Amino acid sequence: MPAFLDRLNASAKSGVHTVQEYATLAFKALRFVFARPFYAQDLVQQMDEIGVKSLGIVLLTGLFTGMVLALQSSVQLAQFGATMYIGRLVAGSMIRELGPVLAGLMVAGRVGSGIAAQIGSMRVTEQIDALNTLGTDPIKKLVTPRLLAALIMLPVLTVINDLVGIIGGNVIATLSVGVPAGVYWRTVWEQIISGGFTFRYLPNDFLQGLAKPFVFGGIIALTGCYFGLNTTGGTEGVGQATTRTVVTSSILILVVDYFLTQLMLSVLL
Amino acid sequence: MSDDEKKVVPQRREAEKREAEVRGAIREELSGDASDALIAHAGKEDAGAPVIEVDRVHLAFDDNVILDDVSLVAHQGETICVVGESGTGKSTTLKLILRLLVPDRGTVCIRGKDITKLSFNDALLVRQTMGMVFQGAALFDSMTVFENVAYPLREHTKMSEDEIEERVRQKLAFVDLDVDRVIDMSPAELSGGMRKRVGIARGMANDAEIMLYDEPTSGLDPLTTATITRLIMKLQKELKVTSVVVAHDIRSVFRMATRVALLHDRRIVFFGTPEEMTASEDKYIRDFLGGL
Repeated sequence: MPAFLDRLNASAKSGVHTVQEYATLAFKALRFVFARPFYAQDLVQQMDEIGVKSLGIVLLTGLFTGMVLALQSSVQLAQFGATMYIGRLVAGSMIRELGPVLAGLMVAGRVGSGIAAQIGSMRVTEQIDALNTLGTDPIKKLVTPRLLAALIMLPVLTVINDLVGIIGGNVIATLSVGVPAGVYWRTVWEQIISGGFTFRYLPNDFLQGLAKPFVFGGIIALTGCYFGLNTTGGTEGVGQATTRTVVTSSILILVVDYFLTQLMLSVLL
Repeated sequence: MSDDEKKVVPQRREAEKREAEVRGAIREELSGDASDALIAHAGKEDAGAPVIEVDRVHLAFDDNVILDDVSLVAHQGETICVVGESGTGKSTTLKLILRLLVPDRGTVCIRGKDITKLSFNDALLVRQTMGMVFQGAALFDSMTVFENVAYPLREHTKMSEDEIEERVRQKLAFVDLDVDRVIDMSPAELSGGMRKRVGIARGMANDAEIMLYDEPTSGLDPLTTATITRLIMKLQKELKVTSVVVAHDIRSVFRMATRVALLHDRRIVFFGTPEEMTASEDKYIRDFLGGL
């Protein structure tokens, strides 16, 4: 076989192997959610680490995204004399796309890297082996609490992000564009109900906006844990694991977001 | 003299006497034909039941052969030291005994039970009877010294918090640490020697019957090396644990080992008492021992 085919073969194999290991990790981590012993303390600690401590950056991201959305759309809408519809535009973009994606990307940078660095340094200092030796499954002790915490906290952060973004839009719409707050919030509500409802009371926009961060949370926690657990090569390896985690989870979030949107648009509409 | 000491002294005497007998017996047999079979036979008769049996193990990662046809036996109460150049698979041998790795061929038996075919969960159970001291101690740095030593107890026993505290204090005192000073410190605040001691205390917290040490004295000054060596011998004599020590420092090896295994080129080229090792005419062994 030519050399380049050999290389192709090897890299394809390692690619498939990575996907397989990633899936196995996800499966095991999820299965342990329902198995004793439960590490409740670790879960609370991780919810604090992933959720509460990310609040600051999520608030800032949301506020400025909402503000810039209102500013930009006011220019576009002014051409059609439709500036009163700023609320619709801001709410639609925030709830469906920007809220989940931006919260996901920010948390991937802040939390994903932290997870990879912590678990990676535990790996290179043999603490993972020590856990195994002391009769604890490291996946159960380290991965499951982080995964669960991310699955719970990311939707919460996204809701906050959405809300702050829409409030930011309100500030700009009222102060610099001149749309009254009442009109702004009415158009926001029009946007939310215009997408239709699931189970009669749950707006489809909310469903879309909450399903995404749930998936992104899983991506962030699993990617961080995967690269952390597979760290090799001392402290340099920890650095590499951190970088790879942020790059991989960011790309995964953006790609998965597209396919999720495609899927949900075809199911919900 | 306290009650504890009264109990310990006769035990220690008994252990010393038995050790002397074993070595004497081996030496006698050596004066004849020193075949491997004879040494193994002597060990089995005099040193209790085999606790750890590594039998003709072969291990390779991809095409890279790490261990080839490696066999080891540790009897009850013995301290086996595994020595050899760097990168000859010494730490790997410990990982096989812990079943952190599974050999490609051959078996690893703990108390007569083959652990290579156990499921992951059963392997966790077997590991609970073993204490492992890692090279860098591998203390959990998100926890205090107390929580580190208490970890195996909280994880696997139904002891009350008071019982756990008592046990942790007892173990920390056993490894000669100033209990009240260190108990609430974080691992980052400890010196290298102290970390090793806490590591030993954590390994033995669950009253492990088998202790495994990965280079317990590497990176320590000669004085601390001596105290850690003494500590390992104290565990062997007072608690009768079976130990496997991977070590570099040949002086401490000769102090604590009942038998020494020399790994070279993926194989065990020598397995016998320190006396036999020093008496050996084999060129590689002579080279390895260097100036001694």
